[in-house]
Amino acid sequence: MQNFPLLSLLIFLPLVGAVLILVLARGDEAVVARNSRWTALWTSAINFVLSLFVWVHFDTTTADFQFVEYAVWMPAFNINYKMGIDGISMLFVLLTTLLTPICVLSSWECIQNRVKEYMISFLVLETFMIGMFCSLDMVVFYIFFEAVLIPMFVIIGVWGGPGRVYAAFKLFLYTLLGSVLMLLALLAMYFTTGSTDIPTLMAYRFPVEMQIWLWLAFFASFAVKIPMWPVHTWLPDAHVEAPTAGSVILAAVLLKFGGYGFLRFSLPMFPEVSVMFTPLIYTLSIVAVIYTSLVALAQEDMKKLIAYSSVAHMGFVTIGTFTLTVQGVEGAIYMMLAHGIVSAALFLIVGVVYDRIHSRDISAYGGLVHRMPAYSLIFMLFMLASVGLPGTAGFVGEFLILVGAFKANTWVAALAATGLVLGAAYMLYLYRRVIFGKLTKDSLTAILDMNAREIAVFAPLVVLVIFMGVYPGPFLEIMHVSVTNLLTHVDTALKAGQAITVAGR
Amino acid sequence: MAEVPNVVPALPELFLASAIMAMLMLGVFHPRDTAEKEIKASRLISFLSVITLILAVLLVSTLSGGRLVTFQNMFVSDPFAVYSKILVLIGSALAIVISQGFIERHAMARFEYSILIVFATLGMMMMISANDLIVLYIGLEMQSLSLYVIAAFQRDDTRSTEAGLKYFVLGALASGMLLYGASLIYGFTGTTDFDKLSQLFRGGETEINIGIIFGIVFILAGLAFKVSAAPFHMWTPDVYEGAPTPVTAFFSVAPKIAALALFIRVMIGPFGGLVVEWQQIVVFVSMASMALGAFAAINQRNIKRMMAYSSIGHVGYALIGLAAGTETGIRGTLIYLAIYLAMNIGTFACILCMRRADRMVEGIDDLAGLGKTHPMLALGIVVFMFSMAGIPPLAGFFGKFYIFIAAIEAGLYALAIVGVLTSVVAAFYYLRIVQMVYFDEPDYPLDKPVSRDLGLVIAATGLVIVLFFVYPTPILNGAAAAAASLFGG
Repeated sequence: MQNFPLLSLLIFLPLVGAVLILVLARGDEAVVARNSRWTALWTSAINFVLSLFVWVHFDTTTADFQFVEYAVWMPAFNINYKMGIDGISMLFVLLTTLLTPICVLSSWECIQNRVKEYMISFLVLETFMIGMFCSLDMVVFYIFFEAVLIPMFVIIGVWGGPGRVYAAFKLFLYTLLGSVLMLLALLAMYFTTGSTDIPTLMAYRFPVEMQIWLWLAFFASFAVKIPMWPVHTWLPDAHVEAPTAGSVILAAVLLKFGGYGFLRFSLPMFPEVSVMFTPLIYTLSIVAVIYTSLVALAQEDMKKLIAYSSVAHMGFVTIGTFTLTVQGVEGAIYMMLAHGIVSAALFLIVGVVYDRIHSRDISAYGGLVHRMPAYSLIFMLFMLASVGLPGTAGFVGEFLILVGAFKANTWVAALAATGLVLGAAYMLYLYRRVIFGKLTKDSLTAILDMNAREIAVFAPLVVLVIFMGVYPGPFLEIMHVSVTNLLTHVDTALKAGQAITVAGR
Repeated sequence: MAEVPNVVPALPELFLASAIMAMLMLGVFHPRDTAEKEIKASRLISFLSVITLILAVLLVSTLSGGRLVTFQNMFVSDPFAVYSKILVLIGSALAIVISQGFIERHAMARFEYSILIVFATLGMMMMISANDLIVLYIGLEMQSLSLYVIAAFQRDDTRSTEAGLKYFVLGALASGMLLYGASLIYGFTGTTDFDKLSQLFRGGETEINIGIIFGIVFILAGLAFKVSAAPFHMWTPDVYEGAPTPVTAFFSVAPKIAALALFIRVMIGPFGGLVVEWQQIVVFVSMASMALGAFAAINQRNIKRMMAYSSIGHVGYALIGLAAGTETGIRGTLIYLAIYLAMNIGTFACILCMRRADRMVEGIDDLAGLGKTHPMLALGIVVFMFSMAGIPPLAGFFGKFYIFIAAIEAGLYALAIVGVLTSVVAAFYYLRIVQMVYFDEPDYPLDKPVSRDLGLVIAATGLVIVLFFVYPTPILNGAAAAAASLFGG
């Protein structure tokens, strides 16, 4: 069982589906569209089942990498294909495989144009995303990390809104600029150690002066990706212009690349410098939490509002990550998962009315509760989850992060907590304007409630968001050993560093 | 009676030379009194030329192995030469394949066309194998003179003739500089033999006086001219735009690869001991080329002109490997060249498909909506553009990757940072083509169908680009062996 390349199957199965669509889907346009949709749905659904299988067989008692695969790739350079997952990446893989079929299903009717290419893009994107989370070689990681830009660029540019070209370019060039610096850092690390194997590099102790540069280069990449204030400006544009499913994947998975990168690279490989730069991270995160929440309050566009709320939530994640406490880090991971589900659902919720009215302006709506009760209920659930209501997934993450932050720095915790209040303000304000009030607009008088397909899209998310809120145990259990191990590793490295400094004196 | 030199190392060149003579005879005596027969003759010769080049590839690859010298140490065949020659031969063969349709439609279908390309190729092989400044010059001129003629081959087109003339005047200037540099070197050292020069400079007993430095700088300038590196690039956009499109395709690969190979051989071979003297110049040339290639291409509306600037940028990247002056660097450059060959030939094959109402179009805007009207061609262009922008997992990324490894290893951090930053700028104009192809609506669709030859070339090069990462070992090993042979001993 251990020798079966389960992770590779998980990574490349969507690609196989994409090739099948590319090669086999021919003939009449309607037939091609139908076949592509079904192939994409089946491929991604099977992939989800596969990932559940991985989850069941995942051993939560060890911090080692599991399901490790190894193949010689470029022997001349000692760069190899190595895959494996631990408690940190496991959950992100699940998140990705869960959301891809949901994205495919949510695009069933609203994408009528070039369906074949659309489905291919999403399947290719899934391959790259899972590959990114599973890579245990830095070069392989980088390839997947950056390759994601190609399908994302195409998805926004082809199926996006009126300003899609600008948004797609901005997304691409911003992220590329960040990543190329990381590439250089990665090469410098490769040159120093002669290896690109992630576990080896985690164990290697880089000199502190070198760590500073490496940390900054990685930071450039992850900060753009996550995104942190002030390099977040690509995100609202990309979200507003992307098609619904594109926004979902962007918010739910792509933003997590940054958070995952901090956990996988910055903390274990450059522990001293991570501690050194913690004030910077705190400052930027708190600015993000408060400033973007205020900005969200003033938005007239629903997607833009949710986009800004994402930046605020990611501010929490970076705070949690750099508290270097078990609660903070676990809270950060949990928050990323919860945000993955909640923001995905919120974008889908906007998508539902957008498909009907073709407007994202908040002022175009009002009084939807009279025509769409089921919709209003689901919207309320996710709106409250985003605010962090106890009993929903959002609460657990925020709570743990704040606990961690209190341990590390009370001021940071206090300032971050104001973000919760502001979050409640902008979300409730949004909800009131869209759902409540009198139904006065002519365009809304005939609007229909959600159909069976749309409810099927939301059902798994609803179940999950409540389950994760009420019973976080199984998820925390997966990450616990790995997180503890990570923190012990950082701690040992810090102590060793101090010992050296003391001895040096 | 003089001793007969060992001809084995030069067998591919001898074969090529005799094949050219035979084909020339065949072409001359082939009946060509009507336009139809003229085309027939041209097809036959093109076909034979491709076969000749393929046979030459086979002959060259039998020579792989050790280092062989002949003709009084003037001619060398080593794994480096074998690797570079194979690239050049493939580039020339593909250029002939993608030319045929174009030259038939544009009344250029004369049999001399492919013969001139093979002649130029022969010159390039001599350049690559040169082990003496004189052989270097002879090879270079043989190549250049053929190229000048091909640039002006569409003789009733003013742009083409202008391109030919411009290329000739500026090319002659470059050759002059190179020759002047070579004569300075000879004057100050008393030899033109690469091996002897190498020993002289490596040994350290020769005093490096200003004359030698001047000589190197002149040679560098001449070579930079030939590879179209900034600040000696000014001829490139005009010649690329003016020359017939398949000729531009040819110019952008084979001569460039040959000139870069020569550049490497001269710098690493005879002047290998003087790295400190020339490294700064190559670093500057490389930075300037990358920056110019990135920024100047942004405003271009003509796709051939854009490709000219893009190729200047690519030369800049390739030169990073040389600037490092290490084995890893040369290996990176050689890998880069192989990938560059596939990307560029593929892109030009796509450009050759851009016809509307049976006329070639060259505007970037003309690609609008290609994704709807020609989905497969569009996919091809998009793959090449993402690859040129250096986005993984496409081959173009790996090209840059190996080069940057070398730059970091050699401690050229500034160069590496300029390199990655300009690659982001360059990504912008490559993406603009993707935007045209996929995001915009077609106004006047281009002609269908795509000719079979072009389709095959696009498919083959596209597959190389997409699947390079699956099994990179052959190219990596070939380049490693080639680079090692320059530093061997």
